[in-house]
Amino acid sequence: MIAYILKSVAQAVLVLLVVSALAFSMFRFLGDPVANLVGQEATQADRRELAERLGLNDPIPLQFGRFVADVATGEFGMSYRHGRKVSALIVEKLPATVELAVLSALFATSFGIVFGVYTAIRRNSWSAHAIMMISLVGVSLPTFLIGIGLIYLFAVELRWLPSFGRGETVKLGWWSTGLLTSSGRQSLIMPVLTLGFFQLTLIMRLVRAQMLETLRTDYVKFARARGLSENRVNFRHALRNTLVPVITIAGLQLGAVIAFAIITESVFQWPGLGALFVQAVQFVDIPVMAAYLLFVAVVFVVVNLIVDLTYVALDPRLKSSTPVSVGGK
Amino acid sequence: MTTPADTTPLPKQPPMRFAARWSRAWDSDLSWNFRHSPVAVAAAVTAVLFMTLALLAPWIAPQNAFDPGAVNLDDGFLRPMEKGAKGMTHVFGTDSQGRDLLSAILYGSRVSLLVGFASVGFSMALGVTLGLIAGFVGGRIDALIMRIADIQLSFPAILIALLVFGVGRGLIHPTQHERMAVMVLIIAIGLSHWAQYARTVRGATLVEKSKEYVQAARVMGRSPAAIMREHVLPNVLGPVLVIATINLALAVIEEATLSFLGVGVPPTQASLGTLIRIGQQFLFSGERWILFFPAAALIILALAINLLGDWLRDALNPRLK
Repeated sequence: MIAYILKSVAQAVLVLLVVSALAFSMFRFLGDPVANLVGQEATQADRRELAERLGLNDPIPLQFGRFVADVATGEFGMSYRHGRKVSALIVEKLPATVELAVLSALFATSFGIVFGVYTAIRRNSWSAHAIMMISLVGVSLPTFLIGIGLIYLFAVELRWLPSFGRGETVKLGWWSTGLLTSSGRQSLIMPVLTLGFFQLTLIMRLVRAQMLETLRTDYVKFARARGLSENRVNFRHALRNTLVPVITIAGLQLGAVIAFAIITESVFQWPGLGALFVQAVQFVDIPVMAAYLLFVAVVFVVVNLIVDLTYVALDPRLKSSTPVSVGGK
Repeated sequence: MTTPADTTPLPKQPPMRFAARWSRAWDSDLSWNFRHSPVAVAAAVTAVLFMTLALLAPWIAPQNAFDPGAVNLDDGFLRPMEKGAKGMTHVFGTDSQGRDLLSAILYGSRVSLLVGFASVGFSMALGVTLGLIAGFVGGRIDALIMRIADIQLSFPAILIALLVFGVGRGLIHPTQHERMAVMVLIIAIGLSHWAQYARTVRGATLVEKSKEYVQAARVMGRSPAAIMREHVLPNVLGPVLVIATINLALAVIEEATLSFLGVGVPPTQASLGTLIRIGQQFLFSGERWILFFPAAALIILALAINLLGDWLRDALNPRLK
């Protein structure tokens, strides 16, 4: 048990180290950090002096060590494009992305489970077939087209919802939230639908497949034979046993949601981290790219770790075996 | 193909066996299955038709969409079926620059499919090679390759592609950005998909490795590289084909997404994604066709390839028979 936890943590740390090495080499070897900081007319001596001051002449392992230490304290340097501290940019954009991602994950999980159970229990009804069909088409559609389609329907034709931005936000300390104003809540609807849709279909299909499998097992047949009501069999016996793997997958998907937020945020001009990252890629703003890479890696690793550990708590068979999900195995 | 030193023990045998196996598979199950699946036939016809039209774009398109000189600014915002200044009928209308949308879509599909096929080819070559090596050689190399694949597979492909694209741009001098954009895009999308091939091929290789024909080849003194290339490779290609088809749809969508985000191909070589990005600007002002036609083209293309891939996966899955 302890060995298992240690192994999971060690793997997480290893992944983070690899990713920070990647981020560091982007930082250090892509473009010239000095040229990006000094003006055009800086002399050779100025440049040398700055390179010395930034520690660029030190041995590479020492520089890497310093980079990791900086990153651990939340220091990523200055954005080339915005001329501001990357850490300040991230703190400013973080709430928008987190609100969007968490709400999308909640939307996808709850509706995914409901639809999955429904299509499994009534698997021959026309409505179940219709839901499956829509999900199939939906999976083939690129996320950004779903977003544009929603904008067309709800913002251009019906004029019900705003098509871009977060609406009015309220400051709670350093956190800005759109949940407390009506325009903020309205602005959230379409981005949440867009971002959550793909995960919804994924979770729905998973729940459906698991439910169908569980409904065929002996203990469900036996429960029926005992004369238990249909609802009791479906929800108390079948659904419960379906949910363990579903919660795992849903947890792992939270990381994917944050990454897919890149597209959704660009479609809806949502002022979050994803949009910041896309701009950084366009303008080769290396510090922002490196910081975003690390941010996503941390989210993924932490989510993976939590899922790994809850899995142990939920499934006693795993207490003696090897880690399951770091790296998505 | 083979170097003379390699072929001495088994002259010309492996290519023939490969071809024979191919035609046998084609004559039997798969082809029967195909002929009896209306969805697969419809998807295949659509995809092939689309690809042919895109390939022939320079000869059949009413206008050279990549040539600024061929475009007349006065023809801007023409509705579908309206006639332009030169008497040309614009079946899909024109965009803000007076570019004929039908031509733009034909040329754009060409770019989208070029990037799609090239990136699938690249990721397939890379993934199959690494998977073969990992499965066949085993040990530390195996652990290293699969570890990297594991880490990469836990991140969404679009994120990897964006990162590779950004790094690629950082490595290339800014004046070369436009010229190299398609190249960088192919590498970025290719690198974001190799891990799936590697994992599948490794698994299949582990199975094949212990079979008698591989041992026989070993006994005959063939080099590991030759065994991998000529004996194991043909036997692990089935699932690779399925992944490649599904990944083609993914790659086309990924290219469209990147171009839509404004980090893909430059507007001078507009792909379907770029056209959608341009069209989106006119969604509110009422010129919907500028967005509608490229979007419809992308959906039809992606859906056709996807359905084809789905069918292929089911047809080749022995558990579903």
